Amino acid sequence: MATSRTVKLRVNGVEHEQTVEARKTLVDFLREDVGLTGTNVGCEHGVCGACTILMNGEAVRSCIMLAAQADGAELMTVEGLAKPGGELHPIQESFREKHGLQCGFCTPGFLMTTYELLRKHPDADEEEIKEWLSGHLCRCTGYQDILESVKLAASRLRRT
Amino acid sequence: MKPAKFDYYDPRSLEEALALLDTHQGDGKILAGGQSLMPLLNMRLARPNIVVDINRIKELNYVRASDGGIVIGALARQRTLQTERLIAERMPILQEAAYYIAHPQIRSRGTICGSIAHADPAAELPALALALEAEMTLSSAKGTRSVGAETFFQSFFTTALAANEILTEVRFPAPPRHGDFAIAGIVAGLALDPDRQVIAQARLVYFGVGPTPIRVKAAEEALIGQHAEEAAFEAAAQSAKQGIDPSNDIHASEAYRRAVAATLTMRALRAAVEKLRKN
Repeated sequence: MATSRTVKLRVNGVEHEQTVEARKTLVDFLREDVGLTGTNVGCEHGVCGACTILMNGEAVRSCIMLAAQADGAELMTVEGLAKPGGELHPIQESFREKHGLQCGFCTPGFLMTTYELLRKHPDADEEEIKEWLSGHLCRCTGYQDILESVKLAASRLRRT
Repeated sequence: MKPAKFDYYDPRSLEEALALLDTHQGDGKILAGGQSLMPLLNMRLARPNIVVDINRIKELNYVRASDGGIVIGALARQRTLQTERLIAERMPILQEAAYYIAHPQIRSRGTICGSIAHADPAAELPALALALEAEMTLSSAKGTRSVGAETFFQSFFTTALAANEILTEVRFPAPPRHGDFAIAGIVAGLALDPDRQVIAQARLVYFGVGPTPIRVKAAEEALIGQHAEEAAFEAAAQSAKQGIDPSNDIHASEAYRRAVAATLTMRALRAAVEKLRKN
């Protein structure tokens, strides 16, 4: 029994061990305790997708998970995409070139979902891409450009 | 918002989890996939004193064959419906329907049993459980019992589960026969009489249109013995409209839900016939 818990996990390859309140959500832990504020907090009930990260390689909502549940997990956030020198990941490059974002609030979530999608389904067709993107809301109505961004990223990643 | 304070347990065995629920009668919530519970905690619509996280109980994570059917443990994620070959082979409808359950980012965490236990009237899995005559295994510190889908779902978010019980397994029996939260949804199955080309068996279960998934037997009867044609489908659709119990809410009116249920009946029956002809 405990209202707090020590968690040990890896985020973008770096190990972290910290004591957190049991009720703390994973996204708040990432932002407040780990100091990675790239992942955004949107609706806090799993609908908008802004907080999507990868846990053990799978896209999950970090606002509807407890930090305590990630004990032992391997996480990847948007900060893990670019190379240490700052060179953007091909997915990020594609979003920039195709204008797959406007205000950018939803973007970290879209990027992480795209990362899993293209790693597991490099040849994803338009229907598959739409199915995966359907778990994200963009209020600047950029869906068409986001779709084009993912298609461009897919073609580039297939070539590498 | 953020969750209110609670005591957090993540037991390693089912026995420990059941003992905890028994000790804290009615005060505890089970956290499996968390895709429904966590929003409720975040919004403080639920404020349990204890949360029993069952994610570390590895023995509950399985999909297995059983007597021609399949059994699914409490920790099997909804994504497994799409990835597990056993499901594709034995319960293809579960594989097809999984596409309609929320989104890939939710299905990665959300569990099959969790959705059934949560019993949202607009959720797909409770309707599938009813249509496929699923049996739920309810475990407590006192033992286990099995409850069929017809009696398991009682009302809005209300099932036969007692406060000290966990839905540890759902069993989908071998099928003798064979669809965002829905405004109205349907699971339909048809079987044709091999000689006479008329409908021998029909199953029509609707969801999102009443406090539980609803099987409309009158609509099924309107199909039996009829040629699988538009006239019979129309009769079933009209019967279904009367046999459901939809509510008025912010998502849709009662009248609209009845109309959608009728339209879905037509579409589902046409799709079913198409499939039968292809096979």
